[in-house]
Amino acid sequence: MLTIAGKTFNSRLFTGTGKFSSSALMEDALLASGSELVTVALKRVDVKNNDQDDILIRLKYPHINLLPNTSGVRSAKEAIFAAQLAREALETNWIKLEIHPDPKYLMPDPIETLKATEELAKMGFVVLPYIHADPVLCKRLEDAGTAAVMPLGSPIGSNKGLKTIDFLEIIISQSNVPVIVDAGIGSPSDAAWALEIGADAVLVNTAIAISSNPVQMAAAFKMAVEAGRMAFEAKLALPATYAVASSPLTSFLDE
Amino acid sequence: MSSFNDIFETYSWDDIKASIYAKTSVDVERALASPKRTLEDFKALVSPAAAPYLEQMAGISQQLTQKRFGKVVQMYVPLYLSNECNNICTYCGFSYDNKVRRKTLSPMEIMQEVAVIKDMGYDHVLLVTGEANQTVHVDYFKKTLDLIRPHFAHISMEVQPLDLEDYQQLTPYGLNTVLVYQETYHEDDYKKHHPKGKKSNFQYRLETPDRLGQAGIHKMGLGVLIGLEDWRTDCFFTALHLNYLEKRYWQSKYSLSFPRLRPFSGGLEPKVEMNDRELVQLICAYRLFNEEVELSISTRESPTFRNNIIKLGITAISAGSKTNPGGYAVEPESLEQFEISDERNPQEIARVIRAQGYEPVWKDWDNCLA
Repeated sequence: MLTIAGKTFNSRLFTGTGKFSSSALMEDALLASGSELVTVALKRVDVKNNDQDDILIRLKYPHINLLPNTSGVRSAKEAIFAAQLAREALETNWIKLEIHPDPKYLMPDPIETLKATEELAKMGFVVLPYIHADPVLCKRLEDAGTAAVMPLGSPIGSNKGLKTIDFLEIIISQSNVPVIVDAGIGSPSDAAWALEIGADAVLVNTAIAISSNPVQMAAAFKMAVEAGRMAFEAKLALPATYAVASSPLTSFLDE
Repeated sequence: MSSFNDIFETYSWDDIKASIYAKTSVDVERALASPKRTLEDFKALVSPAAAPYLEQMAGISQQLTQKRFGKVVQMYVPLYLSNECNNICTYCGFSYDNKVRRKTLSPMEIMQEVAVIKDMGYDHVLLVTGEANQTVHVDYFKKTLDLIRPHFAHISMEVQPLDLEDYQQLTPYGLNTVLVYQETYHEDDYKKHHPKGKKSNFQYRLETPDRLGQAGIHKMGLGVLIGLEDWRTDCFFTALHLNYLEKRYWQSKYSLSFPRLRPFSGGLEPKVEMNDRELVQLICAYRLFNEEVELSISTRESPTFRNNIIKLGITAISAGSKTNPGGYAVEPESLEQFEISDERNPQEIARVIRAQGYEPVWKDWDNCLA
């Protein structure tokens, strides 16, 4: 079972709430995904009237935990302010840090993210930062008190899969906090792959939301994530990378 | 300090126009097949040679837009604050030489308009004025922003171009987005259409997005008024401008509009007609050229066109708009900028959006984020 900051999760599939063609469909898809941690952009919801907000009212299930995110902020200062507002309005100290001053490719700013993580962790937040697949940054975030790290598989919303695979493997091998692959996961096979290499969870939004059948796609991701984790736990057989010569090259040593 | 003008000066309108019209189906097919499209590809996509490829362009445009923005359309509405204007613009209802009584809303009147707009369900508002620096100046904007900020999640402005210091002063008041349309990049023609007033300064307007970028504005909107000059060439320059701005002011977001000249009392007939098919071609060409840019459509367009364009690359739509100050409540009969084509109210448009399998989004920003 996955544990982050003392909370346990049966599902290793985290999801987002953007891009769906209706909030009713979003609700159905999230239920089909089995997801227990769902991220919500603060800019999209009306936190002042959260009892009436069309997205928030559809997430009121005992098994669904909200993970507010700071999408839209450009600096640590703005992110910290937004996190405080989220804590007050949504009554959770969990925050997904998204600081991307670049609105075109939405690349996370490592410097501001580290600064904000340090501050927010001191303030008692459970911080889950969205970052580039940078192994050194992950260790620095650990030192700063992050609850998990969320490196990207490829640019957000791109559906390009695990382009950062080599760096993800390094991150996973040396991390002391859960590693959640966020962004770029375009298909269930990408998600399965991330779990197979030992990622603790994945976060998927676009690939589910814009498919022709989001509910079915959500169910497919659920199964893929379970399969990937099972394979990881069963220890994958390593692919053979060399052939065995029919006339052994070193047999003369035995003569 | 360098600006877009330095790049703009290296281009010749006539050469660009000739090269667009010389594009062939081979160029169009190369553009369609390319994973990352260049300005040369954009020329091919807006050229007459691309007309037979419209269905294919629409398919790619839809797919790219859904990938980036999802199946959602943002809702916004204009709030005209003033129709006072010292400029003569041959195509605009607010032109100085249009001798009609003028109006600038007082704080109390603004709040009456805001109440109606809020009742319509809006959270994103676009403030619009003419150019009358004596009465509608930076202080007026500051007071207005202060007044309305608690009521909206996102505030845009489409007013006269301002100096860098003015923009720097206004952003802390909650100004998020500024739209400034060049009208036309054809310098001689620009001067013909803007014979009097501050707006006659082509270069000052051309460099406005640079000033916005320097001021760190969150989002800026570009575009030309279609009908003044050859639209294919004008839109190439818009794409060139966008390309330049994105690389230089990489922390800002961008949106494009493509208003077609609409009739108003005593107005100009378009020099160049753009039909619906061509407008769809342009919208798709912009999307194929730039996957991240926001594309917005106003009530200038007809209900049928708007119903069908939702799926083809648009990311924002207005509805129930009034183009005159006081139009929602205070003085419905005051001078309007142009006649709208789609009279349907926001809830009807929201129903149309849902029927197309999209979600109308009323709020996608929050004051707390900046």
